[in-house]
Order: sequence, then C-alpha cells, then structure tokens
Amino acid sequence: MSRNLILGLFLSTIVVIAAGLSFVWTPFDHASMNIPDKLQSPNAVNLLGTDQFGRDILSALMVGARTSIAVAFVAVGIGIGLGVPLGLWAASRKGGWIDEIIMRANDLIFAFPSLVIAILITAIFGASAVNAIIAIGIFNIPVFARVTRGSALSIWEREFILAARVAGKGSARISFEHILPNVANVLIVQATIQFSLGILAEAALSYVGLGAQPPTPSWGRMLADAQTLVSIAPHMALVPGCAIILTVMGLNLLGDGLRDWLDPRLNEART
Amino acid sequence: MTLLSTRGLNVSIGRKSVLKNVSFDIEPGEIVAVTGESGSGKSMTALSVMDLLPEGAQTVGEILLNGADLRKQSEAQMCETRGQSIGMVFQEPMTALNPVKTIGDQVSETIYLHRPGVDAEAVTARTLSRVGLPPDRFPLTRYPHELSGGQRQRVVIAMAIACGPRLLIADEPTTALDVTTQAQILDLLKRLTHEDGMGLLMITHDLAVVADMADRILVMRDGEIVEHGETQDLLRNMQHPYTKMLFHASMHQAKLPTIDPETDTETPLLSVNQACRDYRLPRSSLFARAKQFRAVDDVSFDIKRGERVGLVGESGCGKSTLTRAILGLEKVQSGQIQLDGAPVFAGRRPNLAVRRKMQVVFQDPYGSFNPRHRVERLICEPFHLLSDAPTGNKRDELIAETLEAVGLSPEDAQKYPHQFSGGQRQRIAIARALIIRPELVIFDEAVSALDVSVRARILDLIAGLCRAYDLTYLFISHDLNVVRSITDRVMVMAAGKIVESGPTAQVFDNPYHLYTKSLVAASPMLPALES
Amino acid sequence: MLRYTLKRLISLIISLTIASMVIFAVIEIAPGDPASLMLGINAQEDTLAALRSELGLDLKKSERYVSWVTGMLQGDFGTSYQYRTPVSEMIAARMWVSLPLALYALTLSTLIAFPAGIYAASRRGKTGDVAIMGATQLGVAIPNFWFAMMLVLVFAINLRWFSAGGFAGWDKGPFEAMKSLTLPAIALALPQAAILARVMRSALLDVLGEDYMRTARAKGLTKSQALWRHGLRNALIPVLTIIGLQFAFLLAGGIIIEQVFYLPGLGRLIFQSISARDLIVVESVTMLLVFAVILVNFCVDLAYAAVDPRLRGRS
Repeated sequence: MSRNLILGLFLSTIVVIAAGLSFVWTPFDHASMNIPDKLQSPNAVNLLGTDQFGRDILSALMVGARTSIAVAFVAVGIGIGLGVPLGLWAASRKGGWIDEIIMRANDLIFAFPSLVIAILITAIFGASAVNAIIAIGIFNIPVFARVTRGSALSIWEREFILAARVAGKGSARISFEHILPNVANVLIVQATIQFSLGILAEAALSYVGLGAQPPTPSWGRMLADAQTLVSIAPHMALVPGCAIILTVMGLNLLGDGLRDWLDPRLNEART
Repeated sequence: MTLLSTRGLNVSIGRKSVLKNVSFDIEPGEIVAVTGESGSGKSMTALSVMDLLPEGAQTVGEILLNGADLRKQSEAQMCETRGQSIGMVFQEPMTALNPVKTIGDQVSETIYLHRPGVDAEAVTARTLSRVGLPPDRFPLTRYPHELSGGQRQRVVIAMAIACGPRLLIADEPTTALDVTTQAQILDLLKRLTHEDGMGLLMITHDLAVVADMADRILVMRDGEIVEHGETQDLLRNMQHPYTKMLFHASMHQAKLPTIDPETDTETPLLSVNQACRDYRLPRSSLFARAKQFRAVDDVSFDIKRGERVGLVGESGCGKSTLTRAILGLEKVQSGQIQLDGAPVFAGRRPNLAVRRKMQVVFQDPYGSFNPRHRVERLICEPFHLLSDAPTGNKRDELIAETLEAVGLSPEDAQKYPHQFSGGQRQRIAIARALIIRPELVIFDEAVSALDVSVRARILDLIAGLCRAYDLTYLFISHDLNVVRSITDRVMVMAAGKIVESGPTAQVFDNPYHLYTKSLVAASPMLPALES
Repeated sequence: MLRYTLKRLISLIISLTIASMVIFAVIEIAPGDPASLMLGINAQEDTLAALRSELGLDLKKSERYVSWVTGMLQGDFGTSYQYRTPVSEMIAARMWVSLPLALYALTLSTLIAFPAGIYAASRRGKTGDVAIMGATQLGVAIPNFWFAMMLVLVFAINLRWFSAGGFAGWDKGPFEAMKSLTLPAIALALPQAAILARVMRSALLDVLGEDYMRTARAKGLTKSQALWRHGLRNALIPVLTIIGLQFAFLLAGGIIIEQVFYLPGLGRLIFQSISARDLIVVESVTMLLVFAVILVNFCVDLAYAAVDPRLRGRS
C-alpha cells in the first residue's frame, strides 16, 4: 500500500470514528450553553475551545461530522444510483438518440452549479439539510454518468465484448456482467472525489444558510458563526476549517491511493 | 570509414538487462537489418543509438558515429546530432505525427532547427516530393488526419531525411501498414538510402522483409546478437539454432488433414447471397445529403461442411464488416446470410439456435477476455446459447476436456487471463470457441498478433483440431503466407467485393485478377532455402 | 468550421430554452402569492387583483412564460416585487461587481496554474514536482470561503493592507475598485488554481507519453522545446474543459465569497431576494447565471476547434 493510501485511510477513519462516537459520547453536550466560559481558546477542559455561547467546539465538531458525512454520502449515493445506470445505458447505445439525450441532459445539469440548484430548491421548500443533499446529489448525477459512459465506451471497444455478443448476450446483460465490473475501479475513485467535494459543498451551503438549520450543528454554520468574531476568537474559524481541510485531504489521498492500488496494470506487475 | 559502430553496448532498465554486449557496424550506403521476436531488444538497440531510451535506463559501451563517440556527447550535442546526422522513422504512422500541426510545419521544423538561413519551405516541398507527396497534390497545409497511414509514414520519412542525415534508423516502419503500402514504403527507403548514400538501420520482426532488402542481418534474442552476417551467406548457412527456428517458423506449413469423405459436402453450411452493407458518411456540408459508403458490395459465396476457407484483403476492404454480418452482429441492407438454412440476423433478439452453430476467435490475445473472470467462466460464456447447458460435474469435465484439447491443463481453469502468455491466451480463445462444438468457426486475424514461433504452434493446433473435430472454418487474415498454410480455398476481397476465389495454392501461384496479382507480388516471400 | 459552429449554436439555443423552462417551472411551484406578499395581509381584494393584472400574474402560465422570455430577450427582466423597480437595473448594477470578480479570479487562477502545472510536469518526480503537488493537494481541500476569512484575518485585520469588506465602487477609479476585489479574487482563485495545475500537469504527462513527442525528440528538439512546441497545444484540450467548468464555478462561488466580503454583487442580491421572497429577481438572476455558464461552454467548444484541427473538418 502506498503512503497516500495509508494517510488517506487514516484521516478518513478518524473522521468516521469521531462521527460514530458522537452518537454515544461527546466531551460535553454540544448544545448546552455556558455563557461565562464563552470564547475560550483551546485549553485542558475544552480541548478545542468554546464558541460565543460557551458551547464546546470539539463536541459540536464531532456531531457536525455526522451532518457532513450523511449529506455527502447520500449525495454520492444519488449520483451513483442514477448516474451509473444512465452512463451504462448511454454507452450501450453509443451514437444513438438515447445516448444523445442522456448526454445533452447531462450538459444541461452541468449548467446549474449545485449552489444554483440549492438556491432554486430553497426558493420553493426553504432551507434544510435535505435541500443540500438534493442539490449536491443532482449535480453528482451527470458527473457519474459521464465518467461511467467514458470508461464504458472504451470497454465496449474490447474484443471480449464482441465475444459476449457472439455468445448471444444482450446489451443490458453485457453492461452489468462485463462493463460494470471493469469500470468499478474508476467509479470507486470518482466516488471518493465526489465525497470530498460533497463535504466542501455542504460546508459552503450551510455557511450561507442554505444547508442544515439550527440546532443541527454543521461545520459550515460553525464557520458562519465564527466570521464576525474572527479577530477576537480566531480558533472558532480555525478549528472547523482545519477539520474540513483534513477530511477533504484525507478523502482525496484515499482516492489517489485507491487509483494506484486498483490499477490493473500495476496489479499485474505485483502478482 | 565505418558510419556507425557500437562496441560492447549494455543497457539495463532497473535491474533488468535489456541489451547485452551488442556490437555491430554499418557502412555508408549499407542496409543492416536487426531482427528477432518481441522482447529481443531490437527496438532498444535503435533507441540507444538515438539516446532516446526510456527514463531510468543505464547505458554502458561505445556508440561511434563517424568515429566520434555519441555516448561522450552532451545532451545539447545529441540534439544537434538527432535529425541532422541521424534520422529516425517509427512504427506507428497514425500516432507519430502531432495531430494539431500541419505536415509542412512538422517537416520544416527539422530544417529550421538544423539549417537556419535555408529556405525551409522550399526544402520541405522538395523533400515531400522526394517521398512521393508532391505539394501540388498534397499541400503543406494538410493535417495528419487528412492523410492515410502510408502517406503519414511518408511524412515521417520526409522529416527524418530533410536534413540529409548520414544514418537513417527505421523501427518497424511497415508493420502497421498493408502489404501493398509496405512494398511501396520499403522501395522508398531503399531508393533514398541508395540516392543519398545513407546507412540504414532497419528494425523488423519480418524475416521476409529482411531477406528482401538487407545487405546484412543481425539476429537478436533476449538482448543479445545470436548470429550475424551477409544476408545471402546467413540464409544459406544458418548456424545458431534460434535463427534456424525463426526461419522455419516463418515458413511453417501446417499439415491440414484431408476432408473426411463421409461428410456431406453438397448442402452449403454458410451461404452468403448478394450481401450489401452500407454506412452513412458524415455530411460534407450542412445541406448536402449524407453519402453512403458501401463496405460490403454484392458478396456471394458458400462454405460447405468440412471446408477450410480463407478470406484475404487489406484494411478497409470490408472483411471486418463482412465478418460482423456473418456473425449476425450487424444487419445487411440487402441480400441474405444463412447458416444451415436459417438467417443469421434476427433483429435485436439474437436467434440462439443459429448462433450456437457458430463461434469466433479474435485477433487480440489481450483484449478478448474480461480480465476479471477466471478461465473457467471465460470459456463457458457460449453456454449462454444453449438451452440445456451442462452443469456440475458434466460442466467441469467438458472444461477439462476442452482445455486439454487446446494444449492447456485442466488446472488452468482457475487462473485469470493475465497469468497466461499471448499464445496461451489464443489457445483459451480457441477453447471458448470450441466448447459448444460449433459447426462453423470464424478465425478473425487469429494469429496476426503473435510472434512467428508462437504462430507456428497455434497453426499446428488448428490443423490438429481439424483432425479431431472435423472443423469447418473461415480464416480471415491479411497475411497470405498464413492463409496459404491453413486453408483449402481462398477468397480475395477488395473494395467490398470478392474479386477472386479458388483453391488456395492455385490462386496464390496463378492469380488472374489484377488486384490479387499486385497483392501476391507485394507480399514479401522468404527465398526457398535448401536444407 | 462553419458547420461545427452552427451545430454548437443550435445546441446552445436548445440548452437555453430548456434551462429557461426548468427555472420558470421551479419558480412556479414555489408557494406564495407575490401580490399579497407585496401589499401585506390587509390588502383589499380589488387592489390585489389590480396588482396581479399589472404584474401579469392573471395570465395563463404559457403566456407568462412567453412574455418572460421575450422580455428578457429585449432586456426587460420584469419588476421587482419588493422594490417595484425594474429587475434589469438591479442586475446591471450588481453585474459590475460579480463579473469582474469572476474574470479577475479566472485570470489569477490561470496565471498561477499554468506555470505551476508546466513546471511540475517537466520536473516529474523531482523535488519541485513533489512540492507543487503537495501544495495543490492542500489547495483543493481548502473551502474558499474559509480561506477568505483567513485572508481577511491576516491582510485586513492584522496587516491592514486591504479593507475587510465592501466594494469601493468603480467611480473611485479602477485601482480602488480592483483593490477591493483583490482579496475576494485570491480567495476564489487559489483553490481553483490548485485544481487547474493538477489537470495541466496530468494532461502534459499524458501528452509526454505520446508517440509524436518521441518523433519531436528524434528531430533534434530538446525536451523543453518538444514540450513547448508539440506538447502544450495538445495538452490544452483537457485544460480548456476545466477552465470552462471553472468559470461557471467561479460565478456561482462568487455568490458565497460576496457574502464573506459584503460585496454588493449578484450573490447578495439573490440571498436578499430569497429572504424577501422576491422570486422574480431569483428567477432572473438564476437564468442569467445559467446563461453565462452555457455561453462559456459554447466558447470552450469553439476554442476546441481552434486548437484541434480534427474538429474543424475540411471546408
């Protein structure tokens, strides 16, 4: 295993463990206010300091990780669940009108950055974490559809697909039996990248108030709270910011590491 | 004075030694061919002279050009040498040219670089004319994608000779080309070498090409020169067993059994009747009607049970389209293709009853298997065609039996395709085709990607299987020598039509159609050797 | 070339039409009656009806869609429910903040990413490459709005080189105006530059493995000559795609950065309008953003053809 993969796994695991642990234990109740101890810098009691209401930042960070992970995870799920079948379908009808329609629809969604989708959804339903999930998820669909189609097209050119067709298999069967397993590597790597982008996007949406609403803690809103106080309590901005950076870096390193690890060419050299 | 001489050249990449103590000379005006199978180090020899080896390669030894050691030159001096004193031509004309620059720009770049002050455009035009691309027919503003493979290779040659180098290195310059184009390019290289008095270092795996044009031959194996000498001497008096093996494998004739007299040779198994297949060409302008390109043009033929039929033709002649139509993967616009009396194409839902009578073996031993499946699953894929596919013990027995029939062992069923060599993979492909005992097998360039020694063994295998299974097959190839050795009857295809057909030996020895004549004349043949 | 352009143009028009329908439909589903929102709960039924017909709300949906689109084509984006002023005037004023910001950021991002990517590719595996790749790994992980806060903390609050927010206005002269856009542009540009540099590097490395690069070296070009003359233009094709996507991202990302710096751009307009339920403004600004993205993609398509002769075809 490469250094990237180990470091990426390590960072991602910490975040997942912190989020999981928060269900049963946090150092303090993340919502309980303690005005006398407000804006404390990191110290022995509040390891990462307190916010303007004296709430423990470490606890909020752990609970906030849940929101980030949940939003990014479901959004990636939406992208894979809809994007991958669409991409496979388009590739199996290369050059046909179905391919054309799917790809044009993809281009169209790309014209709506996830923030714009979030704005539109908020305009109808109001702001919520679900809102963020849908906005990021919709944007993920064309990403996965494109990546799937691109890799699938090159697999369709291979002779073993012709052999399968000679064996009388239809395009749907070939797509799932031969194409999908051979594009899975690329999809796993893309999923880690989209996961990290999802974490960034969730933070941005909740920062501008289009994501998770209080009292649900989220990293983006912690930063929004920190903004006016940045000169007197910089740790309020630094701590969630670093949490985001380390999580995203961890996922990106994981993606890079997985790409190398799963690359069949490198794999053959190993065996 | 000797033009090029290498002394004790050793190259290693990482811990792997790719060239071992390689020493040879080239005189001005001389054509020296380096030959051998893949992995023999012949291309590495060429690249080490150019000092363009892959990064991380370690070189030891001397490379003297006109007496000066290139190994002692700085990178800047080497840049002076490349293109000016040594020109190089590569294997893949389709990718060797920059797709976003015009051919004129790419040729004149060599001239600007080494001959500042010269009228580069005039020299470019003259050089392109010399290689057969006169600017009045091939303007300098053409882009590579507007030229054919052979024409692109001419551009690459023009780039290499634009500054009048003393040494020309050609690395498999015709391997990617059709035989008639190959003959023209080889003639061009010979002519240029002769006119300019250059030395030509020619790298090729094709012994027939070597025998035809080289003054001297170096035979390499595993990074070593195993034998060298004047072409005629060496051919008449081969010493090293590897050289002998190479030559015999190149001329190998598989022993086809005679057709079993009891088979019914009257009713045709496959019958192709006036088949036509058109493709729409991209429209030339927005309002023009799309033109049609007729890939298969009124083709009719029969294959009877027990027949071994060859189909030869150059790339673009329509043989791939015809193959796909016969396999029932594509529809023909008019005419019928029938297997045992039933049409092979049955709309979107393939007719399994017809499909199960026919299987195919493809060219690429690397691309024809799903890398994620085990051999067992791979060769059972055609079971999908059977309504009563064997299961359990019967299935395992059939797998073992089929693997043994193609010269593999039953244990190989649990391995993945990447654990096999190219030749072994082609055996797996044959096993996959045979496992459901089809009545017709189509071999689509099935031995074209293999080294000669492996190719000879696969041809023997096919001949042996003919004996054991009474095979009927259609063998598609661009290589006349292979088709000659493995078929009873041959069809020659050109521009979508079958222009000539008949018993293989007769067609190749006494072709009557002009195209067949040119094809036979262009195919390099090894001289008959007295043993 | 003409055929290619026409084809792309038709595709542009279809995209715009469908996008406008989607946006119109989404805003239509949104709950609430603009007229009662504008006049308050105590409004008389007849004044409401009068206002509805003034705003065109009593027309059929298809008629309203057509009048919205034809209005936009003539530069008429309707009247704000909240301020009763033409939306086009509000947008025009905000546009002069958002558009320069996006272009400023794109320029910065390209200026940083190209040299960094080219340098890293040419020093592959060496210290310079490792350092740049490490920096980009960090760069892609930084949320731009957080980075903006840190820039404010350091350069505005501690060093006092820039103001912490607000826009000087173009009437104070281009220098002052650009100065107040500098921190926001850096905050937007650096994370994007990290992505672009990575794309540039990998595109170049892909190209370096191509056969024609070896041909170029065999002609006698040095490594860097081959890279500049033959590699760069070929590597530009994937890079252009990313630049196009980034412009879209910068326009949208600007909306968030405008919040950090209190810039009076389209972003602030859209957030104010959402909270005031001034949906006609949300509708028009969204359409404008989507239009910009589609237009940029169209330009990228044309740039492809300029770079790659294979797309042009022979006329």
